[in-house]
Amino acid sequence: MSLISLTRETIGWKARDVLVDIDLHVEPGERIAFLGRSGSGKSTLITHLYRRLTAAGKAVSLIPQDHALVPPLSVFHNVYMGQLDRRSTFYSIANLIKPLKKEVGDIRPILSEISLEPEIFQSVEKLSGGQKQRTAIARAFFRGGEIILGDEPVSAIDEKQSARVLEAIRSRFQTALLALHNVDLARTYCDRIIGLKGNKIVIDAPAKSIERADIDSLYAA
Amino acid sequence: MLGLILAPIHHLRPVRALAATLRAIHELFWALLFLQVFGPSALTGIVAIALPYTGVFAKVYSEMLEEADRRPDELLPPNTGAVVRFIYARVPMALAPFRIYTMYRVECGLRSSAVLGFIGLPTLGFELDTFFKVAKFENVAAVLIIYYVLIGTIRWWLRPVLLPFYLIGSAVLLFSLGGPPFELSNLLRFLTSDIVPQPLRNADLSLASTWSAFWTWLSMLLSNQAWPGLINTFLVTQMALAVTMIVAFLGFPLIVPRLTGKLGGIGGNVLLVVGRSTPEYMLVYIFLQMLGPSMLPAIVALGLHNGAIIAHLLGRQAEAITPNLRPDAPKGFNLYLYEYVPRLYGNFLAYSFYRWEIILRESAIVGILGVKTLGFFVDGVITEIRLDRAIILIGITVLATFVVDWIARAIRRRFKLSMNDRNSKERALVEP
Repeated sequence: MSLISLTRETIGWKARDVLVDIDLHVEPGERIAFLGRSGSGKSTLITHLYRRLTAAGKAVSLIPQDHALVPPLSVFHNVYMGQLDRRSTFYSIANLIKPLKKEVGDIRPILSEISLEPEIFQSVEKLSGGQKQRTAIARAFFRGGEIILGDEPVSAIDEKQSARVLEAIRSRFQTALLALHNVDLARTYCDRIIGLKGNKIVIDAPAKSIERADIDSLYAA
Repeated sequence: MLGLILAPIHHLRPVRALAATLRAIHELFWALLFLQVFGPSALTGIVAIALPYTGVFAKVYSEMLEEADRRPDELLPPNTGAVVRFIYARVPMALAPFRIYTMYRVECGLRSSAVLGFIGLPTLGFELDTFFKVAKFENVAAVLIIYYVLIGTIRWWLRPVLLPFYLIGSAVLLFSLGGPPFELSNLLRFLTSDIVPQPLRNADLSLASTWSAFWTWLSMLLSNQAWPGLINTFLVTQMALAVTMIVAFLGFPLIVPRLTGKLGGIGGNVLLVVGRSTPEYMLVYIFLQMLGPSMLPAIVALGLHNGAIIAHLLGRQAEAITPNLRPDAPKGFNLYLYEYVPRLYGNFLAYSFYRWEIILRESAIVGILGVKTLGFFVDGVITEIRLDRAIILIGITVLATFVVDWIARAIRRRFKLSMNDRNSKERALVEP
């Protein structure tokens, strides 16, 4: 059964349709990269898919473009919030006052995997842009689930780190839907590429068969 | 603290009404009532200040939460519990404005607690009152200076790290004070008997005569005390508002160096700081001593206090305008009239309407000092231990506050007056 099945769908905000007449079908296990210029509707699509999948009761993790972190709280607490629905209120309050051993033990390895372990008890407002982004990634990893949605999840991280993060995404989630700006990363770590341009899906092809020139046309004026 | 608990549910109608009522009753009225229950103890002071402040915090915190970034909350797993959601993703997002506003409120609390001395609690106001009565004016000056030093140095001694020490210290002090013992029976009597209108007390509620007696009682109260009190309160309010507007209008250039020169700016600042940080009640008291008992001292004092607050805010905005003035801008009085006034006029009106409701509350309470506004009558019936009447009169004050607030709101909406840069400190100064 398809995870997502959109047929001739129009997506957008109140006054403005960002994407018109979209056809999109996603099967479990697919790893898809969305490519396109900024403003082409990638974020809108990711947000829309997140709402839809959550409403359908799927276990989804999201790495939003703006990270949506709570700056005064530590990296640890921000990551912990990924499983806030699975703990009792009392337990979470206790954990806010003093980080509980069990949770620290669970979260520490996730942070080491993306080289953020030394900053575990730093408050997020003191972090650099890349570190903030990795905190949002760690939160999604801690949340877990079958599907991950990422809106430019590695935009603030250097190439080597990005590769490691995307590798980790592959191994942790069955299905991944990622908006990316780095074409090479998209071709290496995803198996299907969807190109957005002018309110439409203009490319939808397996990553292997796609030509570089086709992708370049997405970014042409 | 209670205010924070109420904040997330402040949008619910009953909660909003409760919070509005709590803050519509001035802490002096609360104190007068609780004096009957707890006697002149620290508990009276604490409850009297805590109740209206709860109402204020509930409103302001809820507005701050409203304005804070909601994205982290929206991103939380869908089934997260409301309490956890609130403390993990909502409160931390509004922490910075909370902190600034709470600190500012401590300063207000200091003022309130000083003022409570005038009705018999042993705070600075009590000292001031005593010294005035025995005509030791040098001591009056000393008390005032102590008070200004306390307020002026607040940013050095009020640090978040020191708060636990203050809390523990005041708790210890509270227990060591002793004071009149707390009697539960007092509270029960207060709630079940004292505040029940006298004709209804222990009467047969099914008898028509009971109700006609009540009606006579009520109409006497309304025509002899509530009505004249209300009229006088409005008179004082409107005249004080007029003085406020004049003071603010002429006062704001005092802190704009471009208009008054560097020295003038410093002097103006001192003047406005004194004007706005002296509690209005204390100011009225001092003017009463100088001018004798009439409405005049109340009008002058309230006008100066509120005018100084608005002048300070306008002055700060004028400072923001200064760098953008064209190089060939006029000078002196023309600069004031043609460049500053037109730009600040909208804000000036908005601020004045915001303060209107506050001036009304203040006009009501200064009655306790002898000006025949509502507070005068409330104080009178409380001295006669007729708390049933006090409750009705206070209720009328609350209604008057709501009416004025409602009119001011309508006017602000009609003329689209709103403060254009609302930061926490500003909100604190303009709104109750």
